[in-house]
Amino acid sequence: MNQSSYILSVRGVSKSFGGLKALNGIDLDIKERSIHGLIGPNGAGKTTFFNIITGLYTAEQGSFALRGKQYSPEHVHQIARSGIARTFQNIRLFKEMSVLENVMVARHVRTRCGLLQAIFKTPGFKKEELEIEKKSTELLDYVGIAELANQKARTLSYGDQRRLEIARALATEPHLLALDEPAAGMNAVEKNELKQLILKIKQDGTTVLLIEHDVKLVMGLCETLTVLDYGVKIADGTPSEIQKNANVIKAYLGSHAHGAAPQPLPQ
Amino acid sequence: MRSLVLKLGFLLVLLLLPIALQLFGNAWVRIADMALLYTLLAIGLNIVVGYAGLLDLGYVAFFAIGAYLYAILCSPQLSNNFEFIASIFPSGLHLPIYFVLPLCALLAGLFGLILGAPTLRLRGDYLAIVTLGFGEIIRVFLNNLDRPINITNGPKGIGEIDSITLYGVSLSKKMDLGFMQISSVTLYYYLFISLVALSILICTRLEHSRIGRAWMAIREDEIAAKAMGINTRNLKLTAFGMGATFGGVSGAMFAAFQGFVSPESFSLMESVMIVAMVVLGGIGYLPGVVLGALLLSALPEVLRYVAGPLQEMTGGRLDAAILRQLLIATAMISVMLLKPSGLWTAPTKIRSQS
Repeated sequence: MNQSSYILSVRGVSKSFGGLKALNGIDLDIKERSIHGLIGPNGAGKTTFFNIITGLYTAEQGSFALRGKQYSPEHVHQIARSGIARTFQNIRLFKEMSVLENVMVARHVRTRCGLLQAIFKTPGFKKEELEIEKKSTELLDYVGIAELANQKARTLSYGDQRRLEIARALATEPHLLALDEPAAGMNAVEKNELKQLILKIKQDGTTVLLIEHDVKLVMGLCETLTVLDYGVKIADGTPSEIQKNANVIKAYLGSHAHGAAPQPLPQ
Repeated sequence: MRSLVLKLGFLLVLLLLPIALQLFGNAWVRIADMALLYTLLAIGLNIVVGYAGLLDLGYVAFFAIGAYLYAILCSPQLSNNFEFIASIFPSGLHLPIYFVLPLCALLAGLFGLILGAPTLRLRGDYLAIVTLGFGEIIRVFLNNLDRPINITNGPKGIGEIDSITLYGVSLSKKMDLGFMQISSVTLYYYLFISLVALSILICTRLEHSRIGRAWMAIREDEIAAKAMGINTRNLKLTAFGMGATFGGVSGAMFAAFQGFVSPESFSLMESVMIVAMVVLGGIGYLPGVVLGALLLSALPEVLRYVAGPLQEMTGGRLDAAILRQLLIATAMISVMLLKPSGLWTAPTKIRSQS
């Protein structure tokens, strides 16, 4: 398979916090228009890896290519412009702004009007504002919370806040949508709705990178998986390959897959 | 229809207010004038504190920069101290307002950027301390720039500042309409209220623009704002610069209105009062900010008339000045206890558009 069919190619990413080697030479390829899962036990380095490709942390080593073009994820705000958008594990909405405004904020990277155009309310500004509002309303409708557009974001239910985060990320028109544990704290019904939403996003042409603890969700949704453990990649492949992988069973899935008793938690 | 009538009525009240106040004496109009200047300041600070969420405790510095620039360019100060300027302008530099006012706005804005640049990584308390220091630095500079070359005339301040002349009408003289006279302070009232109206218009437009939303996103969650592709560095600088511009304009107006500026008008206490106006009124919400500014600047003056009689009732044992401060402090504490998010805040559920 040639390089260009990968939307994101990462080679040899390493990161330490003090003496702790959080990530050690991680390689990762994500195919265009796929759903890729990143799994691993707690503390495996999933979120660290996530924060590196979205620019919140800087990697000590590693090379990154987005759609075949090298990029260095150092300036966080440029990441969204180059086409990666993310959600957060602990939801980070603009709480005091309305639901619609939350999405409108994210249109920032795809719009241009400056201070003076806003002050003089030029025709170009008015046109752009209308477009921003139209596109944002469409996205709210897309994730299914259009009727909440004028509520303040903090008044939304947990599931709806997750949806709003996804709508906000989509508003930057990403090639790659990175979701950090989107199903955390959701009930079965909400999880199923989320699954449908992620599938819809994929079908509409956006690649999805998913970090998730819910193994059932990941196995049902992802076409390819990468498994991390203690900062090292221990496997990657299709869900069925991963389920059979000895390393993975040993590190993570095994205890559940073979019905063995879970390891007792350290006190 | 009904709201239109209300709006027109409100406008009429605002226009007739100084005429009515004039009947009770010019001192009352003067209070209204000062309240409007503070409103201008509060609206400017609201961009920094209210929209972008950057606590600025040195905002009075921009007020001072505007005031001093106007004072230096529109008074005999430079001619008195520099021979080459005296030889060109023997009666002193008296530049027209159309030129000086934009210059004041620009210089204050520039200083806003200068303050903003080193504080970009700071938030909350740390930012407050640095800005507080900046405010004091400017005041100390103004206080000491009379040596080796006299630019600001030091603690003595600059006097004989030109009043404003617009389209040949000098605001320092009474205007005779035949059936009535409009005093100078009333003319200033009309100038200031138009400036306040203009700045409210500018701020409202900014609030509902791409830039304004980005400011608010930074206030709500800086990391999420960055992840959505907002260049927080540039936008914070824009907020500092834009806010400072309003301070500069207000300062220039202050200098022209008073005819005299000295460093003691720009103490830390003034910065604190402007922040208090924004917070007490309703941070980030323009009507609240305006209300806060009007209340906090007019209340101390109005209380003069209350404190006097109270003092007499206690047989002169209570000092009027102390009593006045006590009343203001009590008022501020009660507002903060009863309405912690401000007197007049944005409605929680935004009215649905249809």
